[in-house]
Amino acid sequence: MAGKPLLRVVNVKKSFGDKVVLDGVSLTLNKGETKVIIGPSGTGKSTLLKSINRLVVPDEGEIWLEETEIIRCKNINAVRQKIGYVFQDFGLFHHLTALENVMIGLTKVKKMPKKEAVEKARYELNRVGLSGIEDLYPAQLSGGQKQRVAIARALAMEPKLMLFDEPTSALDPELIGEVLAVMKELAESKMTMLVVTHEMGFARSVSDEIIFIEKGKIVEQTSPEKMFRDPEHQRTREFLFKLKDLYGEGGE
Amino acid sequence: MLDFFELVKKSLPTLLEGTFVTIKLTILIVAMGLILGLILAFCQIYGSKPLRIAVAIYDRIFRSIPELVLLLLIFYGMPGIGLRLSPFYAAVVALGLRAAAYMGQIFRGSFMSVGSDQLTAAYSLGMSEYKAFIYVIFPQAMRAFIPPFANEYAIILKDTSLAYAIGVVELLRQGQYIITVEYEPLPIFLAIAGIYFVLTFGVARLLKKLENKLKIPGIGV
Ligand SMILES: Nc1ncnc2c1ncn2[C@@H]1O[C@H](COP(=O)(O)OP(=O)(O)O)[C@@H](O)[C@H]1O
Ligand SMILES: [Mg+2]
Repeated sequence: MAGKPLLRVVNVKKSFGDKVVLDGVSLTLNKGETKVIIGPSGTGKSTLLKSINRLVVPDEGEIWLEETEIIRCKNINAVRQKIGYVFQDFGLFHHLTALENVMIGLTKVKKMPKKEAVEKARYELNRVGLSGIEDLYPAQLSGGQKQRVAIARALAMEPKLMLFDEPTSALDPELIGEVLAVMKELAESKMTMLVVTHEMGFARSVSDEIIFIEKGKIVEQTSPEKMFRDPEHQRTREFLFKLKDLYGEGGE
Repeated sequence: MLDFFELVKKSLPTLLEGTFVTIKLTILIVAMGLILGLILAFCQIYGSKPLRIAVAIYDRIFRSIPELVLLLLIFYGMPGIGLRLSPFYAAVVALGLRAAAYMGQIFRGSFMSVGSDQLTAAYSLGMSEYKAFIYVIFPQAMRAFIPPFANEYAIILKDTSLAYAIGVVELLRQGQYIITVEYEPLPIFLAIAGIYFVLTFGVARLLKKLENKLKIPGIGV
């Protein structure tokens, strides 16, 4: 397990106009680890995740995925293939069936032969518990199914790292569980994951570390046990308290 | 009554000759509108700021000048700067330039109708801008494009009759010739109206069929 981290974010800064959104963020992720990011809205969590696959270009700092520095690398499309990204609003392609949504990255980006891509896509859909809906279009799926298709689409690319940006925030409460279950299984299979979520049950049971970000800065980053029992900072305590109010205790 | 049909029947070959010119005009204007409109839309979406401003000015100009004025301006005005066009091509250019302004907006609207969440997702898979356009934006934009395009097509077809004013021998003018000889305006104008109706309605139906065929299941049911 020792050795170089898979992901290394070093002192990343980003401003929009004169608004500082990321104010020197550093974190590392070892292979197989899952870390959860929490923090108030508008605090730079999405901007941080987007920086990691350069959907947003940071002003300063370095981001390393193994041996590749992402901010300055030449072929960003090659890097993005190695980073799976799951969004709050799914981002499924409306004109393609579930199967085609999973296939398109394989055939058009990885240039995989169609037959092989079909097989791979079926396998990935099965893995997220979606056998039988291959030929349905996004508009015919529930929110939970949509998000699982999006996860399958990302997994099909065989990424080294998965980024999740509030993957369950757009879902009806009764559909959240099925998505979290898939993510939990993924974490247990030693996928490396960075997850922005306020599902504290998930954070508590799955993550190796919880990172609390506020106003573009990491306030505290520690194990879930310590985070929930005895956080260092008053601000962390207050935020967790507020979360409990909003989402409940969030046990298993 | 019998005279009515006899006259129409007798005039039909001449009217169809005019119809043929009307169709040729329509096709060329639509083609010019599509090609130039697509370029305008790309400039407006992907272009630099000066380019976007240029497109906006073009748009404003060609949406604000009456088509008849445009026609007269191109046909009678252009020779003044050494550009002499036949009535037919003057009509194509004048109406084509106008059509491009509208088609440009239709293209732009259809491209923008594809949510940015899908674009972000496409980039995250490692697609280049080009691939994202071809595989994600275009197939969906095409669907959004059809209904407003059908509308614009009908406008273009009907407005080719304005070319009458600069002497293009299209459907309406052929009809006029017959009327000056036969002195029977009603049946001839009715026949002309009927032909325009068939051309407008027929193509609208075809486009509607295409639209339904391409409809994405689960959307708009
Ligand atoms: N493209 C952008 N242009 C301008 N401001 C932005 C942009 N993206 C994000 N912001 C601003 O940056 C701040 C942080 O946004 P975000 O990273 O989405 O926060 P979070 O995900 O923590 O809610 C917000 O105030 C947001 O308005
Ligand atoms: Mg966010």
